Amino acid sequence: MWGEITLVTGKDLRIERRSRVGLTQIAPFAVTVLVLFGFALEGDSATLRAFTAGLFWVTVVFTAILAVQRSFTVESVNDNRDALRLSGLDPIAIFLGKAAALVIELLVLEVVLGFVVAVLYGGSISSPGLLGLTAVVATIAVAAAGTIYGVLAASLRVRETILPLLLLPVLAPVLIAATRAFEDALGEVAVNGWSWLVLLTLTAVVYTAFGALAFGTLLEES
Amino acid sequence: MKTLGERDEFRNTSSRGTRILGGLSLVGIVFMGLIGLWWSPEDSDMGDLVRIMYVHVPSAWLAYMAFIITAIGSAMFLWKRSVWWDLIAGASAEIGVVFCALALATGSLWGRPTWGTYWLWSDVRIVTTLVLLLMYAGYLALRHVDGDPTQRSKRAAIVGLIAAANIPVVRMSVVWWSNRTLHQKDTVTLGDTKLDNLQLFTLMFALVVFMVLFAWMLLHRFRIAWLESEFEQRGLEEALIERRAESRVEPERLLEREATDRAMRAAEVRP
Repeated sequence: MWGEITLVTGKDLRIERRSRVGLTQIAPFAVTVLVLFGFALEGDSATLRAFTAGLFWVTVVFTAILAVQRSFTVESVNDNRDALRLSGLDPIAIFLGKAAALVIELLVLEVVLGFVVAVLYGGSISSPGLLGLTAVVATIAVAAAGTIYGVLAASLRVRETILPLLLLPVLAPVLIAATRAFEDALGEVAVNGWSWLVLLTLTAVVYTAFGALAFGTLLEES
Repeated sequence: MKTLGERDEFRNTSSRGTRILGGLSLVGIVFMGLIGLWWSPEDSDMGDLVRIMYVHVPSAWLAYMAFIITAIGSAMFLWKRSVWWDLIAGASAEIGVVFCALALATGSLWGRPTWGTYWLWSDVRIVTTLVLLLMYAGYLALRHVDGDPTQRSKRAAIVGLIAAANIPVVRMSVVWWSNRTLHQKDTVTLGDTKLDNLQLFTLMFALVVFMVLFAWMLLHRFRIAWLESEFEQRGLEEALIERRAESRVEPERLLEREATDRAMRAAEVRP
């Protein structure tokens, strides 16, 4: 099982490393969104600092849609999804492997965005532990939900439009909880970030469990 | 042989049962209006605003019930692979979305005079209910995507189950973050009922009426969905063939009718 997971994760990450789509398209897109938020809020540094957490996570969620689409587009050419089905790999391993690859990609992106936010919006970190944990757990939730809906939409003609409609409402609780926890970690708002982290963990567990159960059926139908 | 359009079960989606349910819900709504708007007293805290609750609370409960039925239908479809369950899930979700929107709308109308605003972002329950509404809007959109019916049903069933997993989060949120929400804590709790007897009766009566209404709508919507799926499966081809057959039958019938008319006229003349 573990070997199968790393096999799939390795495959996805290798494709990303070689194609450099993440680096040359997805990451610049995310930075552009952060810059546009700066324009929308009139470059007011106090406002930007106050809303840093929310803007950061909205950017991550939007970018995640691109990453999810990318994760399944690479398999749509040359009937690669059929190859994956015929590979004899456990569907649970395929799900966990693809989700893990997304987690790693998104975490790298979040580190990059973190630096950009620090430069453009300013601010400081008061609880690095909470910040790091929130980032990891929220990213797991995003990647798990993304992988379920990604495979679900992969074979549809309307996949580009239906994926955000299905994925964004599901990610709303993750966005709310991650934002609140980040606000605490950044010392901007006095909330108990750890209780929000509990909700995030619960969401991540639910989405991962669902994905593990449903992925096989969805892959067969894709 | 009767054509598709002539067979009784295709004529309309009503039956004796649905006509009774429809009649009951109509009478119930009228009666509910009377006790809700006139006979029941105003609330000591909320005043006349309590009357919005008689629509708001049953709508919200029914929306949740509809979504739970969708979840059950989805799970049963994945287990039994019967179209019947898939259609029930879809029909229930559609009605659930309507009641969910009604609950949010009436909640906003209640919120304006009570909280001073139509919408309160800091209230976890209304925000998550809106998210729930959007989630089921996505579910319905997915159901309308063209493609193989079986694949579509499977996808919809899985999305229906995922959406249902969020219902407990919505329901519990008011309890979890009670320090951050201004929402009414569960007003109707056993043993500690704050509502007046007639108010409580009105609320319970409204709930029953809404349930009957829901059953009526669900039956009709299910039957329409069933006809749609039948049509989809049997295809346009068959319908066209039957339509052509119908038009071929027509001239023969006209001849028959003419012959009987002539015979009757002859019978009248004779005496």
